[in-house]
Amino acid sequence: MLEVRGLVKSFGGVKASNNVSLSVPEGRITSLIGPNGAGKTTLFALITGFHKPDAGSVHFLGEDITGLPPEKIAQRGMVRTFQIVQPFAGQTVRENIAVGAHLHVQSRADALEKAEDVAGKVGLGDRLDMDAASLTVAGRKRLEVARALATDPKLILFDEVLAGLNPSEIRDVIPVIRAVREEGVTILLIEHVMQAVMSLSEHTWVLNQGALIAEGTPADVVGHPLVVEAYLGKGMAERIAKREAHHA
Amino acid sequence: MKQLVLLGLVFAVIGLAPFVISSEFTLNLVIMVLYAALLGQAWNILGGYGGQFSFGHAAYFGTGAYTVAVLQVQLGINPWLGLVAGGVMAMLVAAFIGFATFRYGLRGSYFALVTLAFAEVLRILSNSVPFTGAGVGILIPLDQSAANFQFASKQGFFWVIWVMTLAAFATVWWIGKSRFGAQLMAVRDNEDAARALGVEAFKVKMGAIMLSGLFSGLAGVFYAQYFLYLDPYIAYGPAISIESLLVPIVGGLGTLFGPLLGAIGLHLISEATRELIGDLPGISLVIYGIVLVIMVLFMPRGLAGLVRRLWPKPAPAKAQATEGGHA
Ligand SMILES: Nc1ncnc2c1ncn2[C@@H]1O[C@H](COP(=O)(O)OP(=O)(O)OP(=O)(O)O)[C@@H](O)[C@H]1O
Ligand SMILES: [Mg+2]
Repeated sequence: MLEVRGLVKSFGGVKASNNVSLSVPEGRITSLIGPNGAGKTTLFALITGFHKPDAGSVHFLGEDITGLPPEKIAQRGMVRTFQIVQPFAGQTVRENIAVGAHLHVQSRADALEKAEDVAGKVGLGDRLDMDAASLTVAGRKRLEVARALATDPKLILFDEVLAGLNPSEIRDVIPVIRAVREEGVTILLIEHVMQAVMSLSEHTWVLNQGALIAEGTPADVVGHPLVVEAYLGKGMAERIAKREAHHA
Repeated sequence: MKQLVLLGLVFAVIGLAPFVISSEFTLNLVIMVLYAALLGQAWNILGGYGGQFSFGHAAYFGTGAYTVAVLQVQLGINPWLGLVAGGVMAMLVAAFIGFATFRYGLRGSYFALVTLAFAEVLRILSNSVPFTGAGVGILIPLDQSAANFQFASKQGFFWVIWVMTLAAFATVWWIGKSRFGAQLMAVRDNEDAARALGVEAFKVKMGAIMLSGLFSGLAGVFYAQYFLYLDPYIAYGPAISIESLLVPIVGGLGTLFGPLLGAIGLHLISEATRELIGDLPGISLVIYGIVLVIMVLFMPRGLAGLVRRLWPKPAPAKAQATEGGHA
């Protein structure tokens, strides 16, 4: 449903995205992992129109959307959330979510009603009249999810919606993400919480220094020598292999 | 809905003024408060609800004022037609400035400075082209008749400004209850997040600046007919731009009634200083500056915020106070 081909983006000297190609299948949860600064958020920004790629293309639902602005891409059914949450501060949770709902709903009353509905789904039903700015970190992450969901997307890109949550909050949010998929929404997520990646996604891509270095099921990928090196440093894979051979 | 009832009530009470006030001086004061509320509400649409702080609303005000004056004096066109033309011209100027700034993503202080520059360019232009009367200004000949948008009594002017101001307030009420308004406030509070949710930020801002320009232009038309004299400094000078932004900042940014509260508050202050210090030239700008500093430092939510604090609205059990766009 989403086809990314050869995306390149440099910031000054840094190649934040280096010839990245991937293909997201419809109806699944897939994921993107990689160490800090690997270029994951940049890739999301390139796909959703927040950055213009230096080279490469993005196709969504069979159409070329490379270079389209974010609002046009959202209108076609692909939305992203922000790693650094971006609430409409000063507006209530209900009003925040209604902005998403308004994408396809003209009437204010209907949008507010839909917001209530969506808030219930992500577990914000008891905080509808709270100022979004006074939510906890976990609450704000849920709000990011809710706003995106309210646009009735076909594909959602979640950028670290679990980061900053404690283990019990993570356990609460994982079923929410699953429920989104059950409703027929395709999900691509960026996540550092490996427990979540393992339990949620069927397929994962690993990004390091802007380039894809591995892909496969999460279980396969974490043992991949290049991935171990990317996370733990050069030579680490070899040392681990040696130690394991020694113990055997 | 409650807000609409309150709005109707407030304007009904204001509408009693010509029946209960016999002094021309006092009625003039009410007219000037309505006129300031109109200017302020116009600015509030773009600045308060859209978060785009313009320092150059004189561009729209002056265009409305000059349009009605020039059409009348140079071409003999009836000022009631001039009113329509003035509103439309102001809106077109707003569309032009909006396009030139929003297209290139100007925000914050850059937007403010560019709008100021546009107003100054228009001031200099009107100071040099002949058909505006250049630096000498333009005098609309006295010819008092309702058909000529010149009323012998203040009552006629009162009803014109009452209708204009009511229209601006009704528009802002609608903004608070519509998809357009929700999207405008979303752009104000976080443009990237709004765009990520499919909001066409550019179009929404264009809509806001054009509505804002329209009502500023109407205030300009009213000014021209009420005082029958314009010059480049009156029409396009910084005083109007400052008054436009001061009224809603004092009253409460992004609130429906803020500009009315601000207009009343500022007029009370300026009347009081006139009583105390007399008519020193430039004193009003000094006072305005002091008021602005006090408001920004101590009452960022303006008089509407103060009203809300004194009479909090009965909130649902778990809800917290929410003031964004609802005072
Ligand atoms: N707007 C920008 N301007 C300049 N450099 C940028 C910009 N955005 C990202 N970068 C750089 O690009 C690289 C990739 O950053 P990115 O935020 O995509 O990483 P990430 O994989 O999302 O990291 P994290 O896990 O910490 O969120 C980094 O070196 C970063 O400093
Ligand atoms: Mg990131």
